[in-house]
Amino acid sequence: MFLASPKKLRSFGIIGMNQRNFGLISRYNPRHLYPLVDDKLKTKLLAQQAGITVPKLLGTLHYQHDVKLLKEILGPYNQFVIKPVKGSGGKGILVIVEHDHNLYFKPSGDAIQLVDIERHVSNILSGLHSLGGKPDSVMIESLIQLDPVFSGYSYEGIPDIRIIVFRGYPIMAMLRLTTHASDGKANLHQGAVGVGIDIGTGGALHAVQFGETVLYHPDTRKTFSELFIPHWDKLLQLAAACYEMTGLGYLGADLVLDRDQGPMIIELNARPGLSIQVANYAGLAPRVAVIETLKTIDPDPQARVIFSKKQFSTALNPHALRLQHTRCDDPR
Amino acid sequence: MHTNLRFYLLVILIMGLGVGLILYKHFILGFPLLPDDKTPVWTIEAKIDFSARGGPVVVSFALPPETPDIAIIKEDFASPDYGFSELASPSGRRAQWSKRAVKGAQTTYYRLSLYETDQITSSIAADLPSEPEKPEFDEVLNTAAITLLDQVRNRSANTEIFTRELITALNSKVPSQNQSLLLSERSSDDYKTHLIINLLAMEGISARIVRGLYLEDGRRRQSLTNFVEVYIGGQWLLFNQNSGIHGKPENFLIWQRGDESLLDVVGGKNSQISFSIIKNLQSTRNLVVRDSMSKQAGIIDFSIYSLPIEQQNAFKMILLLPIGALIVVIMRLLIGLRTSGTFMPILIALALIQTTLLTGIVIFLTVVGTGLLIRSYLSRLNLLFVARISAVIIVVIVIMASISIISNKLGLDQALTVTFFPMIILSWTIERMSVLWEEDGPREVLIQGGGSLLTAVIAYLFMSNRTIEYLSFNFPELMLVNLAFILLLGQYTGYRLSELYRFHSLERRNVSGKP
Repeated sequence: MFLASPKKLRSFGIIGMNQRNFGLISRYNPRHLYPLVDDKLKTKLLAQQAGITVPKLLGTLHYQHDVKLLKEILGPYNQFVIKPVKGSGGKGILVIVEHDHNLYFKPSGDAIQLVDIERHVSNILSGLHSLGGKPDSVMIESLIQLDPVFSGYSYEGIPDIRIIVFRGYPIMAMLRLTTHASDGKANLHQGAVGVGIDIGTGGALHAVQFGETVLYHPDTRKTFSELFIPHWDKLLQLAAACYEMTGLGYLGADLVLDRDQGPMIIELNARPGLSIQVANYAGLAPRVAVIETLKTIDPDPQARVIFSKKQFSTALNPHALRLQHTRCDDPR
Repeated sequence: MHTNLRFYLLVILIMGLGVGLILYKHFILGFPLLPDDKTPVWTIEAKIDFSARGGPVVVSFALPPETPDIAIIKEDFASPDYGFSELASPSGRRAQWSKRAVKGAQTTYYRLSLYETDQITSSIAADLPSEPEKPEFDEVLNTAAITLLDQVRNRSANTEIFTRELITALNSKVPSQNQSLLLSERSSDDYKTHLIINLLAMEGISARIVRGLYLEDGRRRQSLTNFVEVYIGGQWLLFNQNSGIHGKPENFLIWQRGDESLLDVVGGKNSQISFSIIKNLQSTRNLVVRDSMSKQAGIIDFSIYSLPIEQQNAFKMILLLPIGALIVVIMRLLIGLRTSGTFMPILIALALIQTTLLTGIVIFLTVVGTGLLIRSYLSRLNLLFVARISAVIIVVIVIMASISIISNKLGLDQALTVTFFPMIILSWTIERMSVLWEEDGPREVLIQGGGSLLTAVIAYLFMSNRTIEYLSFNFPELMLVNLAFILLLGQYTGYRLSELYRFHSLERRNVSGKP
């Protein structure tokens, strides 16, 4: 069968795009808060104010004539990441892992020159990667160092951890591993592997690539069964704190583990995708429903994390959560 | 609950308004729901011949009454150098031609185009009969009439049957002596009509003569046929004077009621009148629009029809857009097809309407394909973004011009329609596809490009459908129905078809949550 029956999907609590847009995003995410997360510089500033670790900002460029400054800014650094401030879906991100004389090396080993970087920056400034094609700014960040725990689980890139935070409670998590097919990017639709992570333990639950179950990393052949993410509580707390930081009820927090600096937030997303359900082999709806039945939201992120760990761990209570009815089905 | 209730009420209101207006236009104004609906239009020409004596001439001619069951499209009065006026008399409309001095054979024409509407003539309250005048027969005829009336009266129960029986008796194949006395075989139609009216008058029944024309295509030299209209039970009933059958026959135009003359010629002799009839089929929609315009029906008078033809044609296109929008909404929300640019497919569909399907697709693929090739070179030139998209626009125009010129030289006329494609949209498509290619690979380009093209083709198939085109232009109220549907779809939170595929691996899940 190529198509699932809608009845079955509903009974598993799988949330579809229409339901996500209608029942989660437009209900819990006030539009005026979007700029906080759509503008990565603002997010970074917010996070720093809240005491959350973020990758170090090496420089920003706002105008086309700033492109000439690029050489000066990049000069002292061997490794850096160039990002559009208002990019989405990982678009327009350029990672340089090595700088040798005039050549800059991408994680794949391809060498490019300064003019190529300048053109890339100029494209970003013109709004090529931004939402709606509006003029954009460029930020240059320090490169995140791969934590050794992920060595063997990643190919030419840094894995990131996506945690869905619903009204302040982390409800589902996924580790995104770069592969050869994804060209070093952590986007599932480009071929990255999504590993569902148990909220309670930080252990791997199930992994998919291109929507199909995989048992080991396609490039390194390392199995996922013994994968446990370190600093798991810290990661959950960072994600949960994003609720106070942004006010968004339904958000996706992208975190990474840096070898030297530990957990840090790299990006927030007001419209997180739904592939996380495939990676977790579970639907979001029951978890959303649990949080929606809560009368009050605990103001302490740590308490929320404890609640979530108890509620949403499939490893600890495999038969829980049969509540399916989310408020999305209710009239507003 | 309240908000939801209000939403559904709003949807129902919009839908009801749309459907209501459509039904009103269909049933009350007579707009057909299908484009091919045709109505027979009769063109009747009355030719009046007479020879003038040399003095002043006045020709007075009865015109058919304007009743709701017929709609008159056009009336012409043609006559050489005659003064003309149309008069309204109590017995009906009359045309009057006049001239100071004229001699010799004269001809005047009256031409009328009309079609029958579905509306039923309600008898006019003021159309009351006058008291029947007792006829003055000589003694022999009087006796024969009384005997015949007695016989008929015995055979009938009410006025209607009495009338029918009387006419049947008079038309009997084996006439009795009485009948032969009253009516010989040589008697004219007019005589017969008046005899029936007189006999009915003797019974105290009001009746009058009705002259009408059988409408048959291609007939020439026709004359009017006499009918008898009898006042029974508060309304006038029409009887065929030769068969006694009650009711107006099909395709029968009542020309004149009452005993006034059909044609009066003062100052002329040997006057003759003959009718010729031609039928042709015309689109019902055109007739109804013209009729409603002339009657100034508010909904038509303040509609697109009141615009100049050029604007009407523009609206013909514009009114198709909502159909395309609905298709896009369905494709994206229900099917979950990814397209490059939300409404780009509609614009492509509009272009396809001009170019026809196959030519359009070939042109589209050629332009976008060539554009992508050239764009991939442009991306190596290190251009600023706005300059690059502008360059792409010029490239697109060059490609389009080349296609036109080459195909013209090769004698392929269809490819000349390339100009109908929106250039800016094509340029944006090329730019977006090119970026998509660089970032997400050719697979994504195929998915989104294919999705756009598929949506465009489906939208095209709907928008180029003759019936849909006809309905969207003639019933702009359909937009309200469309709007109601789109509002409903805007609240659809179920799965998209593509998600049933996307999540299909989850179906194998068992209860424990492990594969």
